[in-house]
Amino acid sequence: MRLHEYQAKQVFADAEIPTPASGLAATVDEAVAAAEEIGYPVAIKAQVHVGGRGKAGGILLADDESEAREAATDILGMDLKGFTVERVLVEEAVDFENELYVGVTMDRGEGKPVAMVSTKGGVNIEEVAEEDPDAIAREHIDPAFGMHPYQARKAVYDAGVDSAVARDVSSVLTTLYQLWDEKDGSDAEINPLMITGDDEVVAADAVLNVDDDALFRHPDLQEMEEEGGFGGDELERKADEYDFDYVRLSGNVGIIGNGAGLVMTTLDLVDHYGGSPANFLDVGGGAKAQRIANALDMVFSDENVDSVVFNIFGGITRGDEVAKGINQALEQFDEIPKPVVVRLAGTNAAEGMEILNEDLVTVEQTLESAVQRAVEYADDVAGEEVDA
Amino acid sequence: MSVLVDEDTRVVVQGITGGEGNFHTEQMIEYGTNVVAGAVPGKGGQEVAGVPVYDTVEQAAVEEDADASVVFVPPAFAADAIFEALDAPVDVVVAITEGVPVQDMARVKRAEQESDTYLVGPNCPGVITPGEAKLGILPGNIFSSGNVGLVSRSGTLTYQVVDNLTERGIGQSTAIGIGGDPIIGTDFVDALQVFDEDPDTDAIVMCGEIGGEDEEEAAAYIDEHVDTPVVGFIAGRTAPPGKRMGHAGAIVSGSGTGTAESKIDALRDAGVPVGDTPEEVADEVEDLL
Repeated sequence: MRLHEYQAKQVFADAEIPTPASGLAATVDEAVAAAEEIGYPVAIKAQVHVGGRGKAGGILLADDESEAREAATDILGMDLKGFTVERVLVEEAVDFENELYVGVTMDRGEGKPVAMVSTKGGVNIEEVAEEDPDAIAREHIDPAFGMHPYQARKAVYDAGVDSAVARDVSSVLTTLYQLWDEKDGSDAEINPLMITGDDEVVAADAVLNVDDDALFRHPDLQEMEEEGGFGGDELERKADEYDFDYVRLSGNVGIIGNGAGLVMTTLDLVDHYGGSPANFLDVGGGAKAQRIANALDMVFSDENVDSVVFNIFGGITRGDEVAKGINQALEQFDEIPKPVVVRLAGTNAAEGMEILNEDLVTVEQTLESAVQRAVEYADDVAGEEVDA
Repeated sequence: MSVLVDEDTRVVVQGITGGEGNFHTEQMIEYGTNVVAGAVPGKGGQEVAGVPVYDTVEQAAVEEDADASVVFVPPAFAADAIFEALDAPVDVVVAITEGVPVQDMARVKRAEQESDTYLVGPNCPGVITPGEAKLGILPGNIFSSGNVGLVSRSGTLTYQVVDNLTERGIGQSTAIGIGGDPIIGTDFVDALQVFDEDPDTDAIVMCGEIGGEDEEEAAAYIDEHVDTPVVGFIAGRTAPPGKRMGHAGAIVSGSGTGTAESKIDALRDAGVPVGDTPEEVADEVEDLL
């Protein structure tokens, strides 16, 4: 789960990390009112989960009321890389001398949290990591002890932060780690952490991404998630409702399977045999008939899909349940909207094959042949569309 | 011969009274696994699937000589259950539970590194030595006994590859599903090490996927230390950056680390043939044997 900037800033501000004065607005009038109260200049920032908001026109500066009105009008309702902007954060524009980066994340290779500080803030930190890795000071934290105060100081001094602000930056980093730890963060970041001419530190942006698997113990964050809105596209929203692991891709072969590795392999095979995958859809373990029917509904809803391949290798998922679900989903159509190829193996696969209505689907025995068949069907359909 | 588990392994099931725990205990026993006890706080004295239940893992270890545990405990309590098993202690812990918070696993990992126990998982299908013992939820009927060791981050992908091997009459010494989470116990390097030391494992298949750098580390380890021939497979060549492909650990980062290409290249550089399809993996293994 990703918090919006305004939500993360609220969490940070509650923990006494200095943040600029700000107000959230859903209409142009609200935005102007917020700007008037804060005082000019202000930054007006789109609240959507999109990287590179600034470059895409999602952040504008305003020096007076008419500019604020204009900026809010431009940004509210705009489409930012597929996301409609429903809210803006109106914020005091901070006059800064320097920009730092501070962050905490899980280093999965080490199995430990790592705190990071860099004087190259304000730019994409992943680019800094690639081009100039020494510009980021890293301090691994022992999860049994948490971050010792010296470790925060060490990261700050190692990064070469000016000594006039080192103490304040260490304190921000310490708080950031505590928040990351308390909230089950996956990433907590301030980029940039601005340093003003008076040596004040201010968090000008805020990122707090939380481990979805830990949300059960954070009712406050669950509320924020609901309040923040879903934000994905229509199909991803539907997948969320059906509780599927689903990723939409740009091809035309729809893919349904059980287990992440096997579904990924099915995608790769579609590509291997010259096709192009339309999606990743994992029904998970032990799916019953209704869930299988939902999966077909999901993939049929994608207008790019020209054929569908079902690849189920039953462990705790049973072939007969899968077959029932496929029949159930397809029998409601007078005409099958898109050709469906099914491959069943593992637990109760033979029973499943018997149940499957072969008037409605094409059955293949192996993963390879099923994928090849689905790619052929997709090519045929795509060819007809071109002819028409 | 085999690794980690065999017919002498004495298994305690944590969470044996839950739906999944109960069902799979019966399946494990039916397969021939020597399940000797269950452990569920507050349920001591009961009997489930014909085995006695204890309140703590330690009691099961003392009273029934249990030396391995399988964890079917819900995600919120799974880390605690693993800590308990490490402390009992048992030699092997197989954690099936999916959805364990990552920060919990970081703490577990630290404890595991200081113990002599092999932790497998979480979010994994388990470990099976065909014909001897199954600790987990793998469908026993597709496996056959033989001399190929298998280690994989994904359950159903393991079944697919095993199926291709079994069809050609190639059996398995042991199959280890290490799980798809960002922080896990036994990783590829640990599994490669135990297989390489096993005199009856003549070839190893490792199935990796996008995300993290475990496969690259495994490639370096194979290059330096592993004498047994290895065949590789990597899932997720078509996965776009920044999208989590089902498993919490299966994600190519924005900066491009964790790609299938990097893993395939690393393995090939270490002299490991990498199949483009599960079928090709079986072809390679057949050639090696």
